[in-house]
Amino acid sequence: MKVAILQFPGSNCDWDAEHAVQDVLGIPATRVWHKSPLPAETEAVIVPGGFSFGDYLRCGAIARFSPIMKDLQSFAEKGGSVLGICNGFQILCEAGLLPGALIRNDCLEFRCVNQKLKVEDSNEHFTPDTIGSELTIPIAHGEGNYRLEQDALDKLESNNQVLLRYIGNPNGSINDIAGIRNEVGNVYGMMPHPERAVEKFHPSQDGLPILEAFLGPIRSSSPIELSQS
Amino acid sequence: MTENTVPSLPLNPDPCLNVEITPELVAQHGLLPEEYDQVLEILGRTPNLTELGIFSVMWSEHCAYKNTRKLLRLFPTEKKDKKAIGQVLVKAGEENAGVIDVGEGWGVAFKIESHNHPSAIEPFEGAATGVGGIVRDIFTMGARPVLLTNSLRFGSLESANVKRLFRGVVSGISNYGNCMGIPNMGGDVYFDDCYEGNPLVNALCAGILKHEDIHRGAATGVGNPVFYVGAGTGRDGLGGASFASRELTEESAADRPAVQKGDPFMEKLLLEACLEMMSIPGLVVGIQDMGAAGLTCSTCETASRGGLGIEIDLDLVPQRETGMNSYEIMLSESQERMLVIVKKGRENEIREVFEKWDLHAAHIGEVKDGDRMVVRHKGVVVADLPAKSLTDEAPIYDQPASEPVHIRAARDWSINSIPELAVELVESSLMKLLAHPTIASKRWVWQQYDHMVMSGCTVEPGSDAGVVHLSIAGIDKRLAISNDCNNRFCYLDPYKGAQIAFAECMRNLACSGARALAVTDNLNFANPNKPEAYHMLKECVKGLADSCSFFDVPVVGGNVSLYNEHGDGAIDPTPVISMVGLIEKADQVTRSFIKEAGQSIVLIGGLPHELGGSYFLQTEYGKKEGTCPNVDLDEETKIQDFLLESIGSGNINAAHDLSEGGLLVAIAEMLFENPELGAELALDSLGDSNRLDALLFGESQGRVLVAVEKDHLNTVLDSAQKSGLSAMSLGVTSDSGRLKLSVAGNEILDSEVNKLHKVWSESIPEKMNHS
Repeated sequence: MKVAILQFPGSNCDWDAEHAVQDVLGIPATRVWHKSPLPAETEAVIVPGGFSFGDYLRCGAIARFSPIMKDLQSFAEKGGSVLGICNGFQILCEAGLLPGALIRNDCLEFRCVNQKLKVEDSNEHFTPDTIGSELTIPIAHGEGNYRLEQDALDKLESNNQVLLRYIGNPNGSINDIAGIRNEVGNVYGMMPHPERAVEKFHPSQDGLPILEAFLGPIRSSSPIELSQS
Repeated sequence: MTENTVPSLPLNPDPCLNVEITPELVAQHGLLPEEYDQVLEILGRTPNLTELGIFSVMWSEHCAYKNTRKLLRLFPTEKKDKKAIGQVLVKAGEENAGVIDVGEGWGVAFKIESHNHPSAIEPFEGAATGVGGIVRDIFTMGARPVLLTNSLRFGSLESANVKRLFRGVVSGISNYGNCMGIPNMGGDVYFDDCYEGNPLVNALCAGILKHEDIHRGAATGVGNPVFYVGAGTGRDGLGGASFASRELTEESAADRPAVQKGDPFMEKLLLEACLEMMSIPGLVVGIQDMGAAGLTCSTCETASRGGLGIEIDLDLVPQRETGMNSYEIMLSESQERMLVIVKKGRENEIREVFEKWDLHAAHIGEVKDGDRMVVRHKGVVVADLPAKSLTDEAPIYDQPASEPVHIRAARDWSINSIPELAVELVESSLMKLLAHPTIASKRWVWQQYDHMVMSGCTVEPGSDAGVVHLSIAGIDKRLAISNDCNNRFCYLDPYKGAQIAFAECMRNLACSGARALAVTDNLNFANPNKPEAYHMLKECVKGLADSCSFFDVPVVGGNVSLYNEHGDGAIDPTPVISMVGLIEKADQVTRSFIKEAGQSIVLIGGLPHELGGSYFLQTEYGKKEGTCPNVDLDEETKIQDFLLESIGSGNINAAHDLSEGGLLVAIAEMLFENPELGAELALDSLGDSNRLDALLFGESQGRVLVAVEKDHLNTVLDSAQKSGLSAMSLGVTSDSGRLKLSVAGNEILDSEVNKLHKVWSESIPEKMNHS
């Protein structure tokens, strides 16, 4: 098994992520229940979208205390690749694996649209040249308004940690930020849903290069050793 | 019969059971004196308060269909053609939802249900729990829910209260469905003064399952344990079924406790836990949702279906409030709960599944010999009733019917009562129609719904039908869904109006490349005790039933919502039709939008010549009058066959049904996806009516517009003519960004498409942003 897709109570894009990775890209993937340990052979983790724990209290605020999060922290610290999509992004922010927070959309409504995005030159795998400079990928969220204090934002920008920006900001995110990476570059988070733009019948297949950019490097790598917790 | 032949139940520790049953109390429970006499006869004694409550909800219109059961028998419930795809596997009324075959061992469960009254009082929670209820009906059958839609009706958007209701309902649906992760494909939304104060909120869910995974709601196997799973029981939604069976009044706001509160997260857990439990071979004997009338309905219905008795102990029911009495526990409509009967000896297996999902699974009783539904609380029997008396012996009424005067007036109407439309007013008339919220873009609604989750969205909302790919079941098939009902036609001619709703729904599916398989209906009507209202109900049902038989499209389930009245009057008859269609091949998926210049636009079905009941009469003259357009079912069949054949052979690039607003609105809508697009069109004559208004804005039935490559034009025209259909090429799309139309050589319209698009797309957001 290579890609672990975490399943929290209330996750609802776990199947979608598994389908995109396994059936469309042909990379083995398995859903892992939040009370189970992260399997030893895990080479990348996707934290999928949905409403973990109903998004009660605050998006992702309860999921960060799930048993599997300890393994995820340790996996990420050892350089394992992690991608949080939508609610997954919110969980990674709550868990401190990514900076910032996601609050209510400024329109105060849920938004489900095909969203135009600009790709930033962020790291060797994630560039306009490798992915395409402009993408169309669905968004579907009520709380995607990215917030970060000024100093941290300056740092994020100067480190080229912004992966994607909205063209026509749908939620009020600061600096039009739609997706970011951590400083090291192994943890990604984004509000758009690349797993929903992969099929021929989808209006765009722009999710494929994003998933490739994230998963490509692990195809040739070896598993991260997790300490016994 | 009032003499006690059997002694009354002993005095209960719960004081509410010692209440004397007075005629006033009986009336408060919505039971007529003769209905109460029937209760006395069934029991052979006086009921206690809990038992009275149980009869009250089970014999309410909502649960017993007492005013409509006879009419509903008119609906065909299976296909006449036993070889056609879409055979009925579970018939209407048998279970929580009907199931049809979609081939290769797969079935689709689907049903529509109303939550009108709760939404009028508490729009957010009312609509949210409407979604929750219908989703439970589907997964109770063992199906994985794969799509949602809604039929919504509101008063005028000029009213602040209507805006509040509209916003609340849409966000309630959005909140619940999005959290569940089931794509919501939109549906239809109409705005008409008749719904002021009494909005309609009808929610549909469809799910996919293997034939062998169909689960039933019957309590079988004496000694099998009865489990209560899901959320705890509270005092919310007390007597909701009876509440839904009354007219709305000023005092209805005081009924707020009768509105349930939804928890979509709890329901998502319940969905996953139930599907996991049902995937364990042989574990589940019967399963039933606790919806309307909660624990009462689920216990007596499962027992009645199984032809056995059932016994439960309320002390074992998980409760989230203290001090609840048996009346409250039995009548609560708390959400996200199910009753499950499992195989004796396998109790630990169900417990393990529900423990994983952190949900209650309480063993509250068992299946018994006999036919009694016995309820215990605090050590004594608080209800002991024959289960079948609640489900099968509810009184059934034939109400007096009389034709309302406005229907006669509509028949006698003449188009000459309307002045002719001047050419220079065509553009402004078109703009008024495009801005009418019923016709205007509903993007404001459906962009709040997650329609892309499950990765199956193939045709997004806004086209004639929504289409989802069934990749989640691992099969290469697509489901198309369409809802319809133009209340104006049903008001003017209930029989024809219902047939129009039916035919239009099928036409919408055919425009999308789908063959209609089966229908679920939501009959929204006024108080059936009023002869005029009952007449319209009866005629609409006949119209639907005749259409079902004609097209061999059976009804597999549905819902009746009566008493839709409020201070200002009654709603128009609104028999909402929802149809499921199947698209086998990817290249048959067709949308209503034209993508590029150089496409020929062809009108199939002839020029419009009727104006009665049209939206044009509403936007220009504020009138709901006129003769309802004719509907010719033979002609409709020809059109559908033509569409499916031409789409199948790859000759049609876009297809759009002509409906509200007529020809010119339909043409404009087809251009609205690409802002650069224009069209240069010409009509040779004014058509049969010889009037510009009827030609451009009349709503004659049985017509569609199709867009074809120039190379395919002759093939399409030939094939339509061979099918006996009128087909005329109106012209070609261009990249001019202008819509130009001439009639008999005279230019009557030259408009910027962007300007038309702006009024159409911004009408609803603008109204909602100024409240």
